[in-house]
Amino acid sequence: MARKVPEIPAASLADIAFMLLIFFLVTTTMDVDSGLERRLPQWVDPETLQDDQQIKERNVFVVLVNRNNDLLVEGEYANIDNLRERAKEFMANPYNDEALPEKEPKEVPYFGEVMVTKGVISLRNDLDTQYGTYIAVQNELVAAINELRDELSRQEFGKDYKDLDSDQQNAVRDIYPSRISEAEPKKVGGK
Amino acid sequence: MSKFRKKGEKELPPISTASLPDIVFMLLFFFMVSTTMREVTYMVHIGLPKATELSKLEKKSLVSYIYVGEPLLQYQKTFGVAPRIQLNDQFANVADIQDYVIAEREARNEAERPMMITSLKVDENTKMGIVSDIKQELRKSAALHINYSSRKK
Repeated sequence: MARKVPEIPAASLADIAFMLLIFFLVTTTMDVDSGLERRLPQWVDPETLQDDQQIKERNVFVVLVNRNNDLLVEGEYANIDNLRERAKEFMANPYNDEALPEKEPKEVPYFGEVMVTKGVISLRNDLDTQYGTYIAVQNELVAAINELRDELSRQEFGKDYKDLDSDQQNAVRDIYPSRISEAEPKKVGGK
Repeated sequence: MSKFRKKGEKELPPISTASLPDIVFMLLFFFMVSTTMREVTYMVHIGLPKATELSKLEKKSLVSYIYVGEPLLQYQKTFGVAPRIQLNDQFANVADIQDYVIAEREARNEAERPMMITSLKVDENTKMGIVSDIKQELRKSAALHINYSSRKK
């Protein structure tokens, strides 16, 4: 009579499975990819490009970042800490300042006829600017517009911009458009 | 007639742990399936910049990646330390980007093509020169929707 094979105890199975589980728990990086979302302008052939789209100077908010990662905002040295405030003031222009951008009347759903700014933020960098600085500056500019939208939607609808439905979001976006132009760096000498 | 029994007469039966491995295995499979293995091996070092105004990349299948950064130590002998572009599993030049975008576009079905996003994973110490070149190439190939990958501040 063949000897009975003793039964293998299965009690440690749970421990082994737990060990595997913990290994996967630790190594899993649930990294959700996130970042600053932007849209690039259409490609235009530089030869057909003409400088006939003149924008009035008061309507452009010029931000330059040089090779030493210094900021030049509207022709003067600036610090990144107050860039957001300045960009907000520029886009909102609450007191209709002569030096800040013009506004034009526009029919917007939910709001009726409102004065919408014609301002454009122009961000220009040097070829040697550090990418980290560039993103920090761009983040501040995007944040400025996002804050303005949030303020407006809280004032009008009583909630944050991200909680509005898409029609309301479109209306708010009409009033504060995200007009950040990332111009190509100038390859002209002497600058 | 013993309607009332003394306490402690009948002990609580021990809870069977026989199903514990099954439960644990279920969890294990969940994690194994939901873990996203990185689709490429990095050949460049990428320290992402920090930002606050982030938006998430929701559909992974619509995203194509461009990596830029210093080559890792084992590649530095052949490729040097200047920031390089990595597409898929190899180093590439700026001129290769257009082909890459077209190949990525071909790989998606027609309905999804307009929603495609290019995610730029760039090391924060990179100079803007190379990034601007990439942006120009992306504009030429009409991949206008981009995402500057960054971490939460």
